[in-house]
Amino acid sequence: MANGTLQIKAISGHAGTVPGKNTSRDYDVCKLIDVTTCIGCKACEVACLEWNGYPFRETVFDNTYQTMPDTAWNYYNLIRFNEHVNEDGTLSWLMRKDQCMHCADPGCLRACPADGAIVQYTNGIVDFQQENCIGCQYCVTGCPFNIPKFNPTTKKVHKCTLCSDRVGAGLEPACIKACPTGCLHFGTKDDMKDLAETRAAQLREHTSHKDAGVYDPPGVSGTHVIYVLHDINNPERYGGLPKDPRVPWMVRLWKGPLKWIGNFGMVAGIIGVAAHYMRFGPKAEAEPEESKK
Amino acid sequence: MSATVAVPQTQHAGEIERYTFAERLMHWLSGFTYLYCLGTGLAFYSPHLFWIAYVLGGAPTSRFWHPIVAIVFVLGTVWMHVLWSRDMEMTEGDKRWLDGIQAYITNHDEQLPLADRFNAGQKLYYWLMVYGALFLLFSGIFLWFPEYVPRQAAWVRRVMILVHEVAALVTIGGFIIHIYMSVFMEPASVTAMTTGYVNRGWARTYHRLWYLRVTGQKE
Repeated sequence: MANGTLQIKAISGHAGTVPGKNTSRDYDVCKLIDVTTCIGCKACEVACLEWNGYPFRETVFDNTYQTMPDTAWNYYNLIRFNEHVNEDGTLSWLMRKDQCMHCADPGCLRACPADGAIVQYTNGIVDFQQENCIGCQYCVTGCPFNIPKFNPTTKKVHKCTLCSDRVGAGLEPACIKACPTGCLHFGTKDDMKDLAETRAAQLREHTSHKDAGVYDPPGVSGTHVIYVLHDINNPERYGGLPKDPRVPWMVRLWKGPLKWIGNFGMVAGIIGVAAHYMRFGPKAEAEPEESKK
Repeated sequence: MSATVAVPQTQHAGEIERYTFAERLMHWLSGFTYLYCLGTGLAFYSPHLFWIAYVLGGAPTSRFWHPIVAIVFVLGTVWMHVLWSRDMEMTEGDKRWLDGIQAYITNHDEQLPLADRFNAGQKLYYWLMVYGALFLLFSGIFLWFPEYVPRQAAWVRRVMILVHEVAALVTIGGFIIHIYMSVFMEPASVTAMTTGYVNRGWARTYHRLWYLRVTGQKE
């Protein structure tokens, strides 16, 4: 996808320059999910499968309306159904569309060792390039949202592309197109943030949801999928949405300081032995005749 | 009436067998499998070294073979332990040798306690690789099959990658010194590890206790 909207600004495991590094476009794209108007119809799940060309996969019935327990390598998009008992004894039936959040600081891309297996476009989309994937699953380890999923047959990892192939052609993602309630919106990050804040304010002022707010976690420098939640203080209730997602510090450690310590150590070791050779030279050759003593 | 050609039996005449065929086979099996894992591992370690994976057949191929070759390396190390663990036991003399390692580094070997079949430095490298292999194997299993580590135990994957990296770096440190010592400092040791033989003078100079033992001499 070499067109303008899909110019690349970050490449996993890449030593050289990146064409779009530090460039910023006029706008980042963003998907807004207003969970307060989701009716759990799963039209987005179907549209996702259809656009990506996957057949419906086997599932497990777990006594909920949820299609399957978790997203899968060929099931990027899943409505999570959660029943929450409120303090006053009433029940909240929470539905959250779960898929890749397209973090501005993507843990998957940071953790990935394979050159070009994960790219980030200047419009904010984080995309996996399966032809470069080596199947090590470090991305799974680096993701704070449990999104990348491994295909055991092809040994490649897959996840939601935010329909980069549609967005690159000027279309909205398939899930957005299928949503019947207007709970899903797609546009620029600024516009979506604005719309989300307006909706959250409306909920706070005109409904009983006094803690309504917008989920755009700063720990990963914001995401390109944002939520309006009834209760911004308890995102975990929505099927385990993390309160303060971050790239795990251990991933930062082994992709950051440890690399530099190790590289320094290896280079210093090689220089060290070379210097030793010049200073002291090899061990003295032993005379074979000595044995005849 | 066939005439026999008299081949002069001069090969290894006056030399001492340092490594048996089995020991040499075991050493090079461990050595080359380590080298492969080192190359592919470095490719995954740093983007600046990712080209090594291309040289070795492509990155997905390297990812596929790295753990399998590593198992052969571990088996080689187990074999090594069977053959050498007794010779590698640290003695009182070795402790004094290590205390005086400065003399070894500065090529004043005459100031050091006499070495047996292996000197204390070789023993140190041996144990470093044995324990390194154990750590690499244990952590490597998690890296080989991360899909079987449940999400609730994601921290295990993170820790194991760290352990694998640190263990690899420690063995690389030993490996650099090993290659330097054998190829540059003591070229006789490369010959010993390929042909199996060393001359008596070398044995007497650098591994006196072993020399006296195998030749049945007394000092």
